[in-house]
Amino acid sequence: MKQFLRVAWIVMRKDLTVEVRSREILYTTVFFAVSCVLVFAFALVREGRPMEDAAAGILWIAIAFAGTLALGRTFERERQTETLRALMLAPSDRPAIYVGKLLGILLLLGVVEVILVPLVGLLFNASFGARPLWLALLLTTGTLGFTSVGTLFAAMLVRARSRDVLLPVLLYPITIPVIIAGVRGMAALLQATPDEPMARFWVSLLVFFDVVFVTLALWTFEPLMTE
Amino acid sequence: MTFDFDRLVVDDVSRNFGRRRALNRVSLACRAGEIIGLLGPNGAGKSTLLAILSTLLTPSSGDVHYGTATASTMGPELRARLGLLGHDLYLYPELTARENLEFFASLYGCQHVRVLVGEALDRAGLGDRADDLVAGFSRGMRQRLALERALLHGPRLLLLDEPFTGLDDASGQALVDRLKGLRQHGRIVLVATHDLDLAEGLFDRVAVLRDGRLSMVEDSSASLRDRYRDAVAAARR
Repeated sequence: MKQFLRVAWIVMRKDLTVEVRSREILYTTVFFAVSCVLVFAFALVREGRPMEDAAAGILWIAIAFAGTLALGRTFERERQTETLRALMLAPSDRPAIYVGKLLGILLLLGVVEVILVPLVGLLFNASFGARPLWLALLLTTGTLGFTSVGTLFAAMLVRARSRDVLLPVLLYPITIPVIIAGVRGMAALLQATPDEPMARFWVSLLVFFDVVFVTLALWTFEPLMTE
Repeated sequence: MTFDFDRLVVDDVSRNFGRRRALNRVSLACRAGEIIGLLGPNGAGKSTLLAILSTLLTPSSGDVHYGTATASTMGPELRARLGLLGHDLYLYPELTARENLEFFASLYGCQHVRVLVGEALDRAGLGDRADDLVAGFSRGMRQRLALERALLHGPRLLLLDEPFTGLDDASGQALVDRLKGLRQHGRIVLVATHDLDLAEGLFDRVAVLRDGRLSMVEDSSASLRDRYRDAVAAARR
């Protein structure tokens, strides 16, 4: 287990070092997510009044789109240099490589969310700060559910010719329950009186999805990555 | 006790990609301390064979035996004894030469990483460029660095796909000398190359792949280029 976590840490640290140097994925995902939120704000906010529950939906749409972009770019980088093969050659449990990549993408999306949440709150008059712990729980569990499947698919599709098209086509149908749970949980928090029992229910459901998705991904990563 | 082996046996291995057969019933045996040349025209199946030997690709039929083990019976322990220098160099251009080697040394669980990496950088002739980003390196410099990456963990089986690409004469000769040194250390080295001039005198045995079929070339006093030409011509007939 110690060895597994050590390899995951090494891979994640490498990914973050590469990203700090290039800032390519961070800048593109933040730009894309902010553009997305702005477009929705122009469409859905009239005279300073947003549509009811729009903030929760817009936030999760922006996270999903930005996440898809980040997933694609992270593995495109490995494809261009064929370094994914070098990672697969390492004498470690291959699922540890998956966990390292997953953690790197999670951290990256965490930074995007730190920018997105106040922006959506400002443009859609949403008080995300009313229940910060629940907000953090919803974002963490939802993002983990989305990226656990996304990391597996992005790695699997790295050699597919039409990977840019296939990734969202495969990813969105499977992660729709995660996105719906995230939206409903967030909407419960954003009510005039935050509905904590409802938020708890959606967080529990997200934790269930996370356990199922991460377990399946760990189980299938090695056979899917062996050509 | 760590896993090791002194013999590599490729047993009737075939590999299909869809309808195309890239390798057709290839058999080959190598022992520790041998350098085998793998020759053949483009698309003959050399890289496919190396990918199978490195466990990155599974054969459609047949099996590869690393001593008593196979890729399916021995996973990480077997990979710890393999080194691969592919046609793509498996280096991160956004990292420095030192960071690249430190990353792979850590991934392979090497001890004394800093010392090991420092020595490897010196051997690659990159000691003074150790903290430069690989993105700014020439192909030859990357090639030398990638070779050190493949050798960092002291693999028993070293697989080299076109290792002379981008190397100047001095670096090419240094690589030949390095490989001869590995032979003395009991490594099994398979080299796929088109550079017959540099490889002259390096190989203990030569195998020629053509259209996925492998034939061994008998040793003779003729130059490697002539033996290769004869083998390809014989395969055509």
